[in-house]
Amino acid sequence: MLKQLRISIVMFLTLTVLMGIAYPLVITGIAQVVFPSAANGSLIVRDGKTSGSELIGQLFDDPRYFWGRPSATTPYPYNAASSTGSNLAVSNPAQIDAVAQRVKKLHEADSTNTAPVPIDLVTASGSGLDPHISVAAAKYQVPRVAKLRNMTVESVSKLVDDATEKRQLGILGEPRVNVLLLNLSLEEVAQVKR
Amino acid sequence: MSLAELGQILLYLAVLILCAKPLGSYMAAVYEGATPRAVRWLQPVERLLYRLAGIRSDEEMNWKRYALAMLYFHLVGFVFLYGLQRVQAHLPLNPTDMPAVSPDSSFNTSVSFVTNTNWQGYGGETTMSYFTQMAGLTVQNFVSAAGGMAILVALIRGFVRRQTTAIGNYWVDLTRSTLYILLPLSVILALVLVSQGVVQTLKPYAKATLLQPTSYEQPKVDATGNPIKDANCQSVTEKLTLNEQTIAVGPAASQIAIKQLGTNGGGFFNANSSHPFENPTPLSNFLQMLSILLIPADLCYTFGVMIKDTRQGWALLAAMYIVLLAGLALCLYSEYHRQSKLVDVGVPIAGQVDGNMEGKEVRFGTANSALWAVTTTAASNGSVNSMHDSYMPLGGLVPMVMMQLGEVIFGGVGSGLYGMLVFVLVTVFIAGLMVGRTPEYLGKKIEAFEMKMSSIAVLAPCICVLVGTAIAVMTVQVNASMSNPLPHGFSQVLYAFSSASNNNGSAFGGFGGNNVTMNLLLGLVMLMGRFWVKIPVLALAGSLAAKKYVPVSAGTLPTHTPLFVGLVISIVLIVGALTFVPALALGPIAEHVGLFAAAR
Repeated sequence: MLKQLRISIVMFLTLTVLMGIAYPLVITGIAQVVFPSAANGSLIVRDGKTSGSELIGQLFDDPRYFWGRPSATTPYPYNAASSTGSNLAVSNPAQIDAVAQRVKKLHEADSTNTAPVPIDLVTASGSGLDPHISVAAAKYQVPRVAKLRNMTVESVSKLVDDATEKRQLGILGEPRVNVLLLNLSLEEVAQVKR
Repeated sequence: MSLAELGQILLYLAVLILCAKPLGSYMAAVYEGATPRAVRWLQPVERLLYRLAGIRSDEEMNWKRYALAMLYFHLVGFVFLYGLQRVQAHLPLNPTDMPAVSPDSSFNTSVSFVTNTNWQGYGGETTMSYFTQMAGLTVQNFVSAAGGMAILVALIRGFVRRQTTAIGNYWVDLTRSTLYILLPLSVILALVLVSQGVVQTLKPYAKATLLQPTSYEQPKVDATGNPIKDANCQSVTEKLTLNEQTIAVGPAASQIAIKQLGTNGGGFFNANSSHPFENPTPLSNFLQMLSILLIPADLCYTFGVMIKDTRQGWALLAAMYIVLLAGLALCLYSEYHRQSKLVDVGVPIAGQVDGNMEGKEVRFGTANSALWAVTTTAASNGSVNSMHDSYMPLGGLVPMVMMQLGEVIFGGVGSGLYGMLVFVLVTVFIAGLMVGRTPEYLGKKIEAFEMKMSSIAVLAPCICVLVGTAIAVMTVQVNASMSNPLPHGFSQVLYAFSSASNNNGSAFGGFGGNNVTMNLLLGLVMLMGRFWVKIPVLALAGSLAAKKYVPVSAGTLPTHTPLFVGLVISIVLIVGALTFVPALALGPIAEHVGLFAAAR
């Protein structure tokens, strides 16, 4: 009986060294050499300054920017050190209130826009860090951003098109727009103008 | 639902079937002692392990010794993982200075990972050091899965062998599952995931300058951490501005690969596979979903090869597929039919991204989220790419039922199929009663002892779910744990205990499980749900192996026909329905009726 216990301990410790230390370190080594950018968080570095990650959303509530998905992280939205969804039930009155508030805020930011509100703009994402919105949600915001930035609707639409990611391999996932990359490109245009 | 979304689902189901034969045969070879050529270079490692531990690999065990070895091994794993969490502050690879995890949370997490449940009361990026994630959690991801596969192989040997007490060597089954099946697949998957953007680094959390500074309000607290109230007893808030985003990273890809392949499901980050660093692209999503069902599905074929009748394996796989498709249809239907209350506040039922998007990510959309929800609960995986708590009532009912059926529709690696085989024995027995013949399966007579062990294995998790839920709702803490109003609050509790008792690990995420009461209660049902099934199954293996072979006669019920597939499905569903419909009526069904009656 004690022999089995001894075997258990030795087996467990050896497997820990193999699976818990050697395996992750080997994968880290290969990843850092072959995919250095992806392995370190797909960070966007411009002029030596890290302005975010391509995969992690940031909060935008200034009407001059495109807005992303609502985020339920605490204590502030898009807290990339503590991911979470709202976990509100669809039957929870707080959920309906939250959606109503978000619709109201969108209408306040652009009272001339009477188009239907795309659902992803008013519902919180699962991670609270969703970097994307749907193409419909981006198009919905084009008139507002164009007006506030003194740009033509066409030129803003073009930026949206450039930031649109198609279905992967032609079939997988949903077409989507990366909000941070889109807003960075808006800023670039603004800088060139100046 | 669009054609493109339907196409993705069909593609997934087709690829899954296509993998069954190649990987199923590969695993059969591993278990029959013929190490496949691709992994022969690992043989010195296997021999080294045996030499270090003093294992004689040709020495076989009876079922009691096999069970004892299994229990000892998991006990050692539990103690080690508990200790690791308690002292992580003093260990290396802790760049964010995580303090020790609390005793009750450490207990719960250790049980959870040892039993292949991977229920998480904690948030990964706010609790665990890199070292704990690697040397503690990743290791259990491997060995708890391999442990399940070992039990299955022992049970299959019980069917194959005649008049012997030997059902194999636990250490050999454990080692070969880990080394030749789980490890090579994990290495491949981990590297593909990194290429898609899953992080794999030992660097500390990254810092980025925000394009638009975040301003937010936060309740003011005094020096002792209590909220400050004004004269009207309202919390005083302060306005804060943030210019920098802290981005959690870590050695995630290596852990996520085995989390999916081993039907573990415990996320590196709190948001699990909805986190963009855990599941960045539709391709990473597809591969992770595939990995969830890959081994459980392909083990059906392995079973067929080992008993030398692949039709039996296909029949079981067919039964699993049919229940999966039925669940998927209901889940998709509910998620695409939102409640009309949203229309009243200005959100039309239209738009490019359709369906109930609360708790879902845009890159996956509704179809891939619902497909994941059903597969992760059909298998005892429990990782999520969307928040089940925010599903429509019937959309959330499907994952709950998938777990309550005993995790036999694919189920965990190994544990799913041995659970299904137990249901098969019950089916043969009931069919035998109906026609008045001695029930037999694969040439073995099914007698009183087998039925006793099968009944324990079927009923133990059911009892854990119902009694656990009943005790939980009588505690004081339950009010704090339910984050949504009734009846959904009750669904949260029922979901938690269904998940823990059946070793799934997913949650209605708003449920506050990280308190002493829930940590202990859930820890207990996880233990009972795992080992009260494993031990009777090993007893079954021992008793079957000791039996003589009964040749097929005119009175033998064929067990590879559509009729038998239908019978097995009926038994699984009847046991599930009889046990859980009353509880479900108090939770998701009541919520559904309330929601849609109110809308009229």
